[in-house]
Amino acid sequence: MLRPLATTRSAMGIPTGRLAVWWVLVSEIVIFGGILVSYIMHRLGHASWAEQAAHTNVWIGAFNTFVLLTSSLSAVLAHQAAEQGNGPKAARLLMATIGGGAVFLLVKSFEWTSEITSGFTLQSGGFWSYYYTAAGVHAFHVIAGMVVMGFVAASAMKNQDLHRVENVGIYWHFVDIVWIFLFPLLYIAK
Amino acid sequence: MAHAHAEPHGTPGHGGHHEQTFFQKYIFSTDHKMIAMQYTFTGLAMGMIGAFMAYVFRMQLAFPGSSVPGFGVVSPGEYNALVTNHGSIMIFWVAMPVLIAGFGNFLIPLMCGCDDMVFPRVNRLSYQLFFLSAVVLVASLFVQGGGFAGAWTAYPPLSAVGKYNLTPLGATLWVIAVALEFVAFLLGGINFITTAMNSRAPGMKAFDVPMVVWMIVIASILFMASVGPLIAGAVMLLFDQTLGTGFFNPGRGGDPILWQHLFWFFGHPEVYVVLLPALGIVADVMAVFARKKLFAYRTTVYTIIATGVLSFFVWAHHQFIAGIDPRMANVFTITTVLISIPIAETCFLYIATLYGGSIRLTTPMLWALAFLAEFLIGGVTGIYLGASGADIYFHDTYFVVAHFHYTFFPIAIIAVFAGLTFWFPKMFGRMMNETLGKIHFWGTIIPFNLIFIPLFILGAAGEHRRIFDYSTFPELARPELQALRIIATVSLLVMLAFQFVFLYNFVRSMIAGPRAEKNPWKSNTLEWTTESPPPHGNWVEMPVVYRGPYEYNHPDRAEDYWPQNEKP
Repeated sequence: MLRPLATTRSAMGIPTGRLAVWWVLVSEIVIFGGILVSYIMHRLGHASWAEQAAHTNVWIGAFNTFVLLTSSLSAVLAHQAAEQGNGPKAARLLMATIGGGAVFLLVKSFEWTSEITSGFTLQSGGFWSYYYTAAGVHAFHVIAGMVVMGFVAASAMKNQDLHRVENVGIYWHFVDIVWIFLFPLLYIAK
Repeated sequence: MAHAHAEPHGTPGHGGHHEQTFFQKYIFSTDHKMIAMQYTFTGLAMGMIGAFMAYVFRMQLAFPGSSVPGFGVVSPGEYNALVTNHGSIMIFWVAMPVLIAGFGNFLIPLMCGCDDMVFPRVNRLSYQLFFLSAVVLVASLFVQGGGFAGAWTAYPPLSAVGKYNLTPLGATLWVIAVALEFVAFLLGGINFITTAMNSRAPGMKAFDVPMVVWMIVIASILFMASVGPLIAGAVMLLFDQTLGTGFFNPGRGGDPILWQHLFWFFGHPEVYVVLLPALGIVADVMAVFARKKLFAYRTTVYTIIATGVLSFFVWAHHQFIAGIDPRMANVFTITTVLISIPIAETCFLYIATLYGGSIRLTTPMLWALAFLAEFLIGGVTGIYLGASGADIYFHDTYFVVAHFHYTFFPIAIIAVFAGLTFWFPKMFGRMMNETLGKIHFWGTIIPFNLIFIPLFILGAAGEHRRIFDYSTFPELARPELQALRIIATVSLLVMLAFQFVFLYNFVRSMIAGPRAEKNPWKSNTLEWTTESPPPHGNWVEMPVVYRGPYEYNHPDRAEDYWPQNEKP
C-alpha cells in the first residue's frame, strides 16, 4: 500500500514516524509508571515484603541488565548504519539486538522456572504478585519489540524504509530504561 | 514550508481508481471518513443499547416489581448489571467513539487539509480493536451469571471476587473489553495528535487550526497521559479475578483503595477527554452561526491546556468518603474548586462570541446554545460535590447521578447532535430537515431537564444511588418521593420517543434529503471547500491556507465569510 500524502508532510520538522514513536512512549511511561508507583507505595508500607524480595537472584538480574544494555548498543550501531544508507548492515545489527532480547527472555524463563518450582508463584505474596506482573508486562514489551524489529530488519535488508531503524531503536531504548528501573526495585532492594 | 503549492495527488494511498469491493469500501477501509462513519455508527448503536438499559432500570425504580415491557420483571442482580453496563457503555462505547474517534477521524484530516490520517492502517486497526471490545462487552451480557454487576467504577473487592458480584464471567469480560477499548483509543490518539501536528496544509500555522481540532488533540493527549495507570490497574484486577493474586485484597497485603486511585487518576481526566471535543464542536458551530470571530481564540486554547493540566490533580474528590486522609481531602477540594475557574472562563468566552453576533437559530446552533446552558448547571452543581464537607452527605446519592448526567448528557448527546446536524451535509452530501430537527431538539431538551431536576431533589432527600427497590426504606418510599421518580421515568420515555424523530430525519435525509452544496453554512474552514461528501483523497488539488478559521464579517469584504484557503 502506498502512503497518503499526509504521512509525507512534516509541519513540525520532525519525521512523522519518529513523532508517533515518542507519543507511544508517552503512553507507555504512564502504564509502567502506574505499576511502579503502586509497587513502591506498597513496598514502603509493607516491611515484610523485603523477606520475599530476598529470594530474588541479583546476579541473574545483573546479567540480564548487561545483556539488554548491550542489545541497545547494536540498535544504535544499526541506526548509524542506516544513516549511512547501509541497509543490510543495519539489518544484521538489528538481528543482533533481537538475539540479545532472546537471551534476555531465555535467562528470564530459567529464572522464573526455578523460582516457581521453589514455590514462589504469583500468589505467594504481595511482592511476588508485583514481581511477576511488572517483569511480565516488561517481557511482553521485549517480545513486541523483537517482532517489530524483525519486520524492520527484513525491509532494511532490501534497503527499504531505513528511517524505521531509528524508530524501533527509540522504542528498544525505552524498554531498556524500564528494565533499569525494574532491576533495582525488584532485585537490589532487599 | 517545503511543499510546493500544487502537491501531487491521486497516486498515494487510495488504491488508484479501481473498483472497490463492498468489503474493501465499507469494512476494511483505511479511509478516515469511512472509519469515522464506522466509529460513529457503532457508537450510536451502542447508545441504543445503553438507552434501553436506562429505560429498563428507570421503569423498575418508578414501578418496582412490575414487568417492564420488552424486558420482564427485573431481578436485583439484573438491575445491578443494567446500571453497571449503562454507565460503561455510555462513556466508553458512546461518548468516546462518537466524540473523539468519530468526529476526530472525520474532521482532523479535512480541517487540516490533508488526504488522510498519517497512519491509515493503524487507524483501521484502532477501529477493529474497538469493534472487538464492543463485541466482548455485548457478549458479556449473555454469559452465565449475566453482565458485570459491580458498578461501572468496578471497585474491589466487589469487582475482584466472583462470589461477591455473582457475575465472575461477566466481570472478567468487562475488564478485557475496557482494556481493549483503551488500546484502540491509544492507537487512534497517536494518529490524531501526529496528523494535527505534522500534516497540516501548507500555510496552516498552529493557531490557524479550527478549535475542534485543538480540542480533540488536547483530549487525546490527556487520554494518553492518564489511561496508563488504569491499564496497569486493569491487568492487576484481571489477575486478582483469574490468577489469584491479591493486589486489591487487604488480607493479602493489597489495598482496595489503590484501585480507586488508579481508576480515578484516569477517570477524572476522562471527563475532560470527552468534554473537550464537545467544547470544540460547540465553538465551531457558534462561530459559524453567530457570523462572528471566535472570541479570544488563543486564550481559549491556553485556558483549555490549563484545564487539562489541572484535571490530573483532582481525582481524589471521588474518594472523600473512602477513608482517605482528611488533609489530602482538603488539597483535592482546593484543586477541584480551582478547575472550575478555567471552565467558567471558557463558558464566558463562548458567551462573548455570541455577544453582538448575527445569530441564526438553526438546529445545530440550538444544540450548541443548549450545551452551554445545560453544562452550566452540571458545572455549578459540581462545586457542592467538590467540597469535601458537603460531599460526605451527597456522596453516592442521586444528587451525584443528576450532576454527572448534567455534564455527560450535554457532552455525549447535545454536542453530538450539534456536530451531527452541523456536519451532516458534509458527511452524506444532503441536508437534514430543519423542522424535524427543531421538533427533536425541544423534544429532547425539555424532557432531559424533567428527568434530572427531580433526581437532584431526590438526591438531596438522601436517595442512595445503588438501591434496587426503595419500598423497603420507609423514609425513601414516601409517596412524594415516588412521584418524583415517576416524573423522571415518564420524562425519559418521552425523550426516548422523540429520538425516533431524529432517527427518521437522519435516515430519510441521508437517502432523500435535498442535495447539499459544498458550503451550505457559508463557513470558513477547509472541510467546506471540497465536495459534499468529499471524494477519496478529499481534494483534487490540495488546499493552501492563508488565514485563521474565524474571519467572519471582516470589514473589508462584501461577503460575511472568508474561507481559509482563499488567496488574499
